[in-house]
Amino acid sequence: MIAIIDYGAGNMKSLQFALNRLHLDSRLTVDEKTIKESEAIILPGVGAFHDAMQSLRLAGLPEILQSEVKRGKPILGICLGMQLFYETSYEDGNWEGLQFLEGEVKRISDSVKVPHMGWNTLTKHQDAPLLNQVDETDYVYFVHSYKVVNHDKKTLLASTSYGGEIPAIVQHNNLIGMQFHPEKSGAAGLQLLKTFGEMIS
Amino acid sequence: MLAKRIIPCLDVDKGRVVKGKKFKDIQDVDDPVALGKRYNRDGADELVFYDITASNEERKIFLDVVEKVAAENAIPFTVGGGIRTLEDIHSTLHAGADKVSINSAAVNNPELIKEAALKFGTQCIVLSIDAKKTGANKWEVFINGGRTNTVKDVLEWAKQGEMLGAGEIVLNAIETDGEKSGYDMKLMQAVASAVNIPIVASGGAGKPEHFSSVLRKGYADAALAASVFHYNEIPIPELKKFLDKEGIPVRRSM
Repeated sequence: MIAIIDYGAGNMKSLQFALNRLHLDSRLTVDEKTIKESEAIILPGVGAFHDAMQSLRLAGLPEILQSEVKRGKPILGICLGMQLFYETSYEDGNWEGLQFLEGEVKRISDSVKVPHMGWNTLTKHQDAPLLNQVDETDYVYFVHSYKVVNHDKKTLLASTSYGGEIPAIVQHNNLIGMQFHPEKSGAAGLQLLKTFGEMIS
Repeated sequence: MLAKRIIPCLDVDKGRVVKGKKFKDIQDVDDPVALGKRYNRDGADELVFYDITASNEERKIFLDVVEKVAAENAIPFTVGGGIRTLEDIHSTLHAGADKVSINSAAVNNPELIKEAALKFGTQCIVLSIDAKKTGANKWEVFINGGRTNTVKDVLEWAKQGEMLGAGEIVLNAIETDGEKSGYDMKLMQAVASAVNIPIVASGGAGKPEHFSSVLRKGYADAALAASVFHYNEIPIPELKKFLDKEGIPVRRSM
């Protein structure tokens, strides 16, 4: 069972529908026992960084997630969920994140329209099992105004280009981040979720 | 490179898809779930649903349809029509929509955009504007399905919408809607130059060339159409092939 961390507003249905289509069992939860019993965790995310961190803290989730990261459980952060893995975000202030990964979250350059909304391609930076089924001609769906910067380059699997380079898929051992929405990215996105599902041992 | 989006739009009345011309003479077309699936398969980049009845009892039927469509759908899904409150937005997102499109209610209460963007995120709040030309390079905002002139200037309203937190603007030209004579290029250019959020052009698509011109010369980020897709007058795979040949970046691989 995959635990989808349900910490507030937003559309979790899309993600659930996508996992259902892949026959991956999932549950929306903030319950410690359910999260600990899960085989994998997805941290989705829409809305503002600060609000999301506050909701996670109120539910006591940062410590629970931290211990699951240490246990080596596959954990996928989607969109804001990925950004939350980092140290600091400068979205309307200066906010501390979950600090699982080195790096910061900053606004996309105003030289392009913000939000970065729509389908964009992935450029691979290294070989990884997660990218085996991914083609550089595949498009995935992005919708975000902030991006990860000053990250450890070794963790960057794929990027996209929009007003500069934007980390699109990152991985550090069992921790995976996708800046785009795999659940909204047609066949290419479903394939990425399927590959993530296959990481469950 | 960021692709330009092709978006089929479905007007839904009592659980059925309909298509009107200039918002009148509504004809029954098809089952929304079946059409939604077809568009997914054909490579549409997004789906837009408008609830054009929006009385309370019909609202529930509509949300059931939204949920059924969302379950079959792996592309972004925007829902509009009759959305007036934060509660409406919540129930629509909860039914499986990724974005909500707000029109009349935003004009009547601009704070709704601000509150919704704060609560649900800018990415899911779409400001839908029905624009009518009222002078040379002058357009005014109409609401209530194009029946009421608010005398608001479209460019000012678009800028205000961006400031309030709308993540995108769907810009519908009332005069070209359903005419199949092409998008209102001047309107699209004017609004796209006034704001720094994505613009979805709507109203007037009849030929593949209309899409290429609005996406290139109209500076639109996406083009929305209804009947040319419903009746398969322009199959989406062929349109994408045409746009690709024209040098416009589009998502081709499925």
